[in-house]
Amino acid sequence: MRKAGAFWLFVGPFLIGLLIFNYIPIGWSAYLSFFDAQGTVTPDTFVGFRNYADMLTGPFAQSLLTFSVFALFIVPLTFALALGLAVAVNRIRFARAFFRSVFFLPTACSYVVAAMVWKLSLFSGVRFGLANTVLDWFGQDPVAWLSNPDPPWYWVVLVTARLWLQVGFYMILFIAGLQRIPDSLYEAAYVDGAKPGWQVFRHITFPQLRPTSIAVLLLSLIAAYQAFDEFYNLLGTARGYPDFGRPPLVYLYYLALGQTQDYGHGSAGALLLALLIALVTLLQGRLLGLGRQEA
Amino acid sequence: MDNRPVGLRPGVVGTALRYAALTVAALLFLLPFYLIVRNGLSTEADITSPEWSLFPSSLHWENIGELFTDPSVPMAHALWNSLVIAVLQTGGQLLLGSLCGYGLARIPYRHANKIFYLVVATLMVPAAVTFVPSFVLVSSLGWVSSLRGLVIPGLFAGFTAFMFRQYFLSFPRELEEAARIDGLGHWGTYWRIVVPNSGGFFAAVAVIQFIGSWNSFLWPLVIGQDEDAWTVQVAMSTFLTAQNVNIHELFVAAAVGILPLVLVFVILQRFLVRGVAETGIKG
Repeated sequence: MRKAGAFWLFVGPFLIGLLIFNYIPIGWSAYLSFFDAQGTVTPDTFVGFRNYADMLTGPFAQSLLTFSVFALFIVPLTFALALGLAVAVNRIRFARAFFRSVFFLPTACSYVVAAMVWKLSLFSGVRFGLANTVLDWFGQDPVAWLSNPDPPWYWVVLVTARLWLQVGFYMILFIAGLQRIPDSLYEAAYVDGAKPGWQVFRHITFPQLRPTSIAVLLLSLIAAYQAFDEFYNLLGTARGYPDFGRPPLVYLYYLALGQTQDYGHGSAGALLLALLIALVTLLQGRLLGLGRQEA
Repeated sequence: MDNRPVGLRPGVVGTALRYAALTVAALLFLLPFYLIVRNGLSTEADITSPEWSLFPSSLHWENIGELFTDPSVPMAHALWNSLVIAVLQTGGQLLLGSLCGYGLARIPYRHANKIFYLVVATLMVPAAVTFVPSFVLVSSLGWVSSLRGLVIPGLFAGFTAFMFRQYFLSFPRELEEAARIDGLGHWGTYWRIVVPNSGGFFAAVAVIQFIGSWNSFLWPLVIGQDEDAWTVQVAMSTFLTAQNVNIHELFVAAAVGILPLVLVFVILQRFLVRGVAETGIKG
């Protein structure tokens, strides 16, 4: 009995909060997703799976597609750049801490600040934007980076902003992974006549980084699913949000918290997205053996 | 550092290329920080001049004062809100999450496993995805535009409890057993032995939480609907998406808004790097 008392003393406060602020909203949301709940959270018109069907056939499916395009760019680019920087930084003798800090520093910035720099300074659509200035040096016409969906230059802005913000974080993961590779492997490779550079990277370094690589791919994928901040701030204007470039959370935001206050459809969409992310996370758990006791 | 066999280390040319690439990358990574300072200390005319220049024609330090005296921009209040929220959330998460993690890791109890699964299950559903139902709950409680609504729902992150559990599993048992022999219970052992000997890990989690809380945007945007409840991020965003932006003021705000973090970051970087390396991979 004393054991149980001590256990609840430690775990109880957190657990109560977890139930109230995590489990109740999810449960309530599941309930709302089966009702016609516009502007009310105590609905009485049961609609079955209609909200889900609407979400899977309507613009929400379109926004999942939007996300897929985004992920297609951001995940491989993040992976390659983070790995490249980690390998480059890891073995240098001079100014190693300096370079690591520089690449990691953007992690301290918010997406709002990054969006501000990208929107008003780097990729401003008018002539004083830096990107357009550089284009001008090469005799190119200025580009309306964010206001014109055709051609979709706004992806360049969105992807580079996120890259700048998150690459340093994944670089640190790769550096930690690199430092776990035993030197004896490199010695063995040397004895076997491996050439420095690509051959060693291809046959020793990269295979040894497999757990880190899987983690980086899945963490950046899950993060991309939840993209909201930079889309909202880069594409949103005083006249509202344009009808292109809407990732799932932006779509849900305007659906549930905009004029329509459609909690039924919003909840159905949120649960579909949560399900998708849970599947990815489970996959990650399977691939990484998460939950196994670590030595 | 480089303990590989000499034959596998990059040669002089390789090293030179490596430094050249790193220097170019570093300049690109630092450019946005420079632009924040440059734009913040420029006049509107300098920023919007069709002739782009790396350096402003003159530095306007008075822009900083203007930010805090302009009545149409509640930046001082927003900074205060962000600070209060970040401190309360960091402190609250450390306290609640570490207690829960310790209980799960160290106090034997019949149903401990079930409760652990209850905590871990929430890791699969990121908080951002459940903002619609969370908003519904918080607005039913009447907490919209209040400090409670901004702080409390974020305190119960399963991930924090999970990280602490993993950490406490590897905490040396001998220390705790010595305390037990000295007559301390779980509570006393925790506060007198475990916490004082875990400073590095607490610091690592604290830095990550503080930065995350200061920079979070979606929840403060959803809950902070009145101007009084705006955080720095929401205030900046509001002006960023407004029709008439006062560009230099916005960038001064950005500079003021990231300065505390950059300081925290530079001073506590070793905890942060350690925290990311140890915990990020488990996320």
